[in-house]
Amino acid sequence: MSTQTDGPAAERRLGEDLLVVDGLQKHFPIRRGLLQRQVGAVQAVDGLTFSVRRGETLSLVGESGCGKTTTGRLLTRLIEPTGGRIQLDGRDISHLSTSDMRPLRRDVQMIFQDPYSSLNPRHTVGTIVGAPFRLQKVQTENGVKKAVQDLLELVGLNPEHYNRYPHEFSGGQRQRIGIARTLALRPKLIVADEPVSALDVSIQAQVVNLLEDLQNEFDLTYVMIAHDLSVVRHVSDRVAVMYLGKIMEIADRTSLYERPMHPYTVALLSAVPIPDTSRRERRERIRLQGDVPSPINPPSGCRFHTRCWKAQEVCKTTEPALVELAPGHQAACHFPENAA
Amino acid sequence: MSQNPEDALAAAAEPRPAATGSPFLQVRELRVHFPTDDGVVKSVDDLSFSVDRGRTLGIVGESGSGKSVTSLSIMGLHKAGTARITGEILLDGQNLVGMNPDRVRKLRGKRMAMIFQDPLSAMHPFYTVGTQIVEAYRIHNPVSKKVARKHAIDLLDRVGIPNPTSRVDDYPHQFSGGMRQRAMIAMALSCDPELLIADEPTTALDVTVQAQILDLIRDLQQEFNSAVVIITHDLGVVAELADDIMVMYAGRAVEYSSAADIFNTPQHPYTWGLLSSMPRLDRERTERLQPIKGTPPSLINVPEGCPFNPRCAYAGTNGNLSFTVRPEFRDVGGGHHIACHLGAEDRMRIWDTEIRPKL
Repeated sequence: MSTQTDGPAAERRLGEDLLVVDGLQKHFPIRRGLLQRQVGAVQAVDGLTFSVRRGETLSLVGESGCGKTTTGRLLTRLIEPTGGRIQLDGRDISHLSTSDMRPLRRDVQMIFQDPYSSLNPRHTVGTIVGAPFRLQKVQTENGVKKAVQDLLELVGLNPEHYNRYPHEFSGGQRQRIGIARTLALRPKLIVADEPVSALDVSIQAQVVNLLEDLQNEFDLTYVMIAHDLSVVRHVSDRVAVMYLGKIMEIADRTSLYERPMHPYTVALLSAVPIPDTSRRERRERIRLQGDVPSPINPPSGCRFHTRCWKAQEVCKTTEPALVELAPGHQAACHFPENAA
Repeated sequence: MSQNPEDALAAAAEPRPAATGSPFLQVRELRVHFPTDDGVVKSVDDLSFSVDRGRTLGIVGESGSGKSVTSLSIMGLHKAGTARITGEILLDGQNLVGMNPDRVRKLRGKRMAMIFQDPLSAMHPFYTVGTQIVEAYRIHNPVSKKVARKHAIDLLDRVGIPNPTSRVDDYPHQFSGGMRQRAMIAMALSCDPELLIADEPTTALDVTVQAQILDLIRDLQQEFNSAVVIITHDLGVVAELADDIMVMYAGRAVEYSSAADIFNTPQHPYTWGLLSSMPRLDRERTERLQPIKGTPPSLINVPEGCPFNPRCAYAGTNGNLSFTVRPEFRDVGGGHHIACHLGAEDRMRIWDTEIRPKL
């Protein structure tokens, strides 16, 4: 976003939908006993509906166990959904077989959280970043080595480090290697699972800026999975807040951060520590009690009612639908805040 | 550690009662060096600070800045023979550097305790949570198992574990991340320690749980009037908790002052860099983050002169000084310490005109 100064990203790009997700569901079976009978299911993702436009960044946020990582793995089809549909560029990829999925892997790539475990320690950087070309049998104009060196330069690494091993690099540099590998085949959609949370503050900013530059240069579409709400505000065009496998609220960035409607979003935002000592006393903080309930037995009605301070009888019995309460701003709550 | 000549000194000084008014924890010219095949890793190099009872010191720095090594040396947890520790760590007047490990063990848990970052690896998976708290308590207190168990239940209740009478018999894996962190805090508090060191206590937790744990640490400190050292890379966390803040870089302190000073009038370029590189929810969204260029230095080859000079935008301001002379860590007024060659006027001008407007 360095080259653009005119307004938020959502206004300047008006792409059509690249990714459409409808009622997406993933239940992991729990099996017990000699016959491995299914006795229940972890409802990791339970009915997600959203779409991502070309060139846009959508972030999924929520506490651990809310299903955001499972969603990322469903979108990249590393796992198969138990219900619902995923459409990429107009094509239904929800139940494609491994071999049918393979050609599409070019279009969907993933950036992983941990730059230490996501790079094979026994391969050189050249082998790691060049692997997508070999696996997809892509011919490069001047050979794979040249292509890899161009990629390394693109992400801010020294192309001469082609023959080094991952352990010779710092965490931030490793994350850049992972990004270079992701970009090799010029994907349309990148799913980034906590891409900067393992990095130091000063390095975090470098990688965030790099991701933004690459998005502008190649018109990339990102689905970011993150828990740091300050970073999410910085990088996203739209944000979806998840809780126990469902979307509680989805809106464009400004609207979500300035006028959060779901009590859960309000609570999350109020819990973020602010680096300003003068605000320590004045802050109004909503304290959520306890932990996220188990996704094996999610609460009835609204899943958030057990921790919500606005909960009433209706919240325990009726599940609120995700409805548009303001233009481009959807929330699933019986008693939304900031609603007109 | 054992061949340290200060061993004898420490033993001689031991019966001395704590001088009233002197800080509870005082670290003087601490150096922790690790000899390796590639050279000596100077993890902590000439570090001095102190913490009073009832106060909270926040130590901020990136990975490799020496903050965790500092806390481990205070707790006496470095393996003898691998680390070369010199300087003084005075806990209520007693020097811990070179002290007999058995005597440090008697202090650890009782007078000083630590909360670790990752409770899953800090707790033993084979024993119940209750057993582990009971063990810590009974080592320092001659009480029956029954009394100790009662104490463990009280503690779990105090740190906010629901249904403590039954949860006391659970294993760590049966607890959620936030509950494990609470259980570890309960364990650390079992003997009412006077010094509590929290090393990244909330880094592995979600924001809502982080807020609960920070509240808990703050409440407990007020209740027990202990000295707290909180080590973190998150400036937001120290802003919530700390009275004073020390910023570390490459094994040294680069800035030290009250928390309000650090956030309102920081004077070291590294602190400026940290503040400008983080996105903030309390400000207008900036179009672009301002990262610190480069990466932290290797602690085997710390740069000549100011260790921060390769990454500092103002390194050339005073001729060659930053590249040749190590800046002294000095008081620049009102207890605000920095290690920087920039003159007072330059610092004020840069902060007011270049840094603050961009935050």
